[in-house]
Amino acid sequence: MQSVISIILQRLALGLLTLFVVSVVIFTAVNMLPGDFAQAILGQGATPEAVEAIRKDLGLDQPPITRYFQWLGNAIQGDLGNSFAQANFASFAGADTGVSTTVAQQIAPRFANTMFLAAVTACIAVPFSITLGILAALYRNSVFDRATNVTTLTSISSPEFFLAYVLILFLAVLNPMLPSLSNIFDGMSFGERLEKTLLPALTLTLVVTAHMMRMTRAAIINLLASPYIEMARLKGMSPMRVIVKHALPNALAPIINVIALNLAYLITGVVVVEVVFVYPGIGQLFVDSVKIRDIPVVQACCLIFAAAYILLNLLADILSILSNPRLRHPK
Amino acid sequence: MTRISRRGLLKTGAAAGVLAASGLPVRAQQRGGTLRLGLAGANTSDSWDSRTHSDSFMIMAGHGAVFDCLTQVAANGELVGELAESWEASADAVTWTFKLRQGVTFHNGKAFGADDVLSSLQMHTAEGAKSAAKPIVDNISEMTKVNDHEVTFTLKAGNADFPFLLSDYHLCIFPAGQTEEAIAQGIGTGMYKVESFDPGVRILLSRVDSHYKDGEYGWFDSVEMIAINDSSARMNALMTGQVDAVNRVDFKTEPLMRANPMINIFEVTGNQHFTFPMLTNLDPFSNLKVRQALKHAINRQELVDKILLGHGAVANDHPIGPANQYYAADLEQNSYDPDKAASLIKEAGLDGLSVDLSAANAAFPGAVDAAQLYQASAKAAGININVVQEPDDGYWSNVWLKKPWCACYWSGRATEDWMFSTAYESGVPWNDTNWENARFQELLLTARAELDSDKRREQYGEMQMLLSKEGGTVIPMYANFVDAHSNKLTNSGTVGNVFQMDSSRFIERWWFA
Repeated sequence: MQSVISIILQRLALGLLTLFVVSVVIFTAVNMLPGDFAQAILGQGATPEAVEAIRKDLGLDQPPITRYFQWLGNAIQGDLGNSFAQANFASFAGADTGVSTTVAQQIAPRFANTMFLAAVTACIAVPFSITLGILAALYRNSVFDRATNVTTLTSISSPEFFLAYVLILFLAVLNPMLPSLSNIFDGMSFGERLEKTLLPALTLTLVVTAHMMRMTRAAIINLLASPYIEMARLKGMSPMRVIVKHALPNALAPIINVIALNLAYLITGVVVVEVVFVYPGIGQLFVDSVKIRDIPVVQACCLIFAAAYILLNLLADILSILSNPRLRHPK
Repeated sequence: MTRISRRGLLKTGAAAGVLAASGLPVRAQQRGGTLRLGLAGANTSDSWDSRTHSDSFMIMAGHGAVFDCLTQVAANGELVGELAESWEASADAVTWTFKLRQGVTFHNGKAFGADDVLSSLQMHTAEGAKSAAKPIVDNISEMTKVNDHEVTFTLKAGNADFPFLLSDYHLCIFPAGQTEEAIAQGIGTGMYKVESFDPGVRILLSRVDSHYKDGEYGWFDSVEMIAINDSSARMNALMTGQVDAVNRVDFKTEPLMRANPMINIFEVTGNQHFTFPMLTNLDPFSNLKVRQALKHAINRQELVDKILLGHGAVANDHPIGPANQYYAADLEQNSYDPDKAASLIKEAGLDGLSVDLSAANAAFPGAVDAAQLYQASAKAAGININVVQEPDDGYWSNVWLKKPWCACYWSGRATEDWMFSTAYESGVPWNDTNWENARFQELLLTARAELDSDKRREQYGEMQMLLSKEGGTVIPMYANFVDAHSNKLTNSGTVGNVFQMDSSRFIERWWFA
């Protein structure tokens, strides 16, 4: 157990370092893009005076290095700053407008929405793909196995927006069963929210299923050649029982790893799906903020994405250690 | 009853009462229902501060539903009173007196009066205010409150269009002394009050209990505005009945939508136009013959057909459009004539011409393709146009007004003077061709203070001719406003063409059939 805790601490420290590097990379990248917030927000109306005025208000006239360390200093203390969009607005409307202005306030509801979508998708996709994987391993090389493989590989190879449109066509236009618009908002009942989230969740399920299902199938088939499985078969166990009781527990480590990676994807990779279904999640906010060069929001979104990857990978490693007695009790 | 001309109304706003009597009720209006709109043009930086409004989403919500201006342009193009009941000008169009509507209240219960008008207009002139309407308000030298329901404006220079300018969507009226609160919560005098506002995502509005426009406008009980910036998602939402109307129909899917019997497309040609401005103080564009050669080297109809897919009209190198009152429709059209262009180049004393044209799709959708079509059509005249593709980001800051020749768009203005003084008056910041012409400048100033409609028509006609024949901008086309609604909705039969979505007043003017 001691080793597990030291691994966790080590990985968390490395994770913080990664976050720091990510923040530097993002800051540099956004600064290298042509145009800045003042120009983006003013568009055709960007007279030099107006651009100067906004830059001065927001401190954009400071050199980038100064701005970065100011931001970093605040971020370490848990203050992610104010979104430029709202700060710019407050600068001429007066600060006390009662509108949420901090990045944290702006991101929180969006992030909650994205987590909801990820959770719904995970609830559908994980059991679905593991079952498919087990069945494919059980009936390997059968028509069922081939069909499952072809379908899931086709869906993972298609771009997400294409899958989304195919689902919209079949489930919303031709057979109006589900809404094509996922504009969820506060105050919706859970049922309504679920109904609206179903189409994007199904799209994401199609995207992530192949990966998990193929890994489950491969890991189990890999074990089926081992002597202890042979022994179980010789005892006269049914094939299903052999797989679920004997093969699956030993195949868990790689499966967990793949699931964790895909969950991370569900949080960070939903940008396209959110845009197609008009789902008010963090992905849309991210796109909007990049468009207007709202650096504080972009930084915060990227940090959340990076943190999700780091934490879920850490979780996967820990779970695979715990699921493997050999790693749990190292000699 | 004699028809009231737009200008006749202008001078002595016999105004709303008469208009209502002469009114349009062609189809019986019905109250009720929730209108769901799927709209492009929303941003996370949106707010109720009308000074910052620039895109369709907030324009429709602010000026179109929650707030009122002093005047408004009716669907048929006539100027009518909104918060102003009537107005009168002095003979030189310098002093304007506005009588304000009585018994109007803001959503928070405050009574509307002259103070609100003064403080709302002052918002645009305040030190450091980044208002796009500043040029309009700057012309006011003095605002006086005569009594609670009457204000007088004294202008620096006479302007016959002044009441028109006050219908601008930036000039919404906020409650005096409560501006900050009003901006935060969206407190106006409009027919609809704000129930919830999530910037860049969704706005929910409900009709106020009683309103001075009752019986004329505002039939929906509540309105849900959903931000759908992705055009396929927006079209889908209408096709699947998730929303009742959408703006900015995607030209590529428009035939499919037309085929759907549940959907009606409504399309108007307004003043929105796409331009290729050249800086006339730089070589070779300082040479009039070169400019004329370029005007004859573009195949306008081809651009309308291929870039707008037919959703537009050929333009004639001046910025006045069919939605303007003094649009010179009979002006000789600059046509595609490679031989003439080639001979003009010779007359200019040049041996062939090679110029750079900077374009990016930020200028207008399809700008790069349009530039390439231009390149191909100019080749026949021996003109070599080198298309430089610029990045979309920072286009307005780094390319427009900076590069000698580039692509640009204008949404047009409700009045001739407004359009000319925004982009063609000598010395103004947005004069994107650095156009200086003594005769044009003289006409601009005389026409501005001229109250006689016939004289103005002549003056504006000559100005359009000057720009068309000599000006520094090639304007190939007007782009239509193309929007769509489900056939459950209907309106009076007239669709406004000042802006998209029935001049952005869809919420007030439509109802469920």
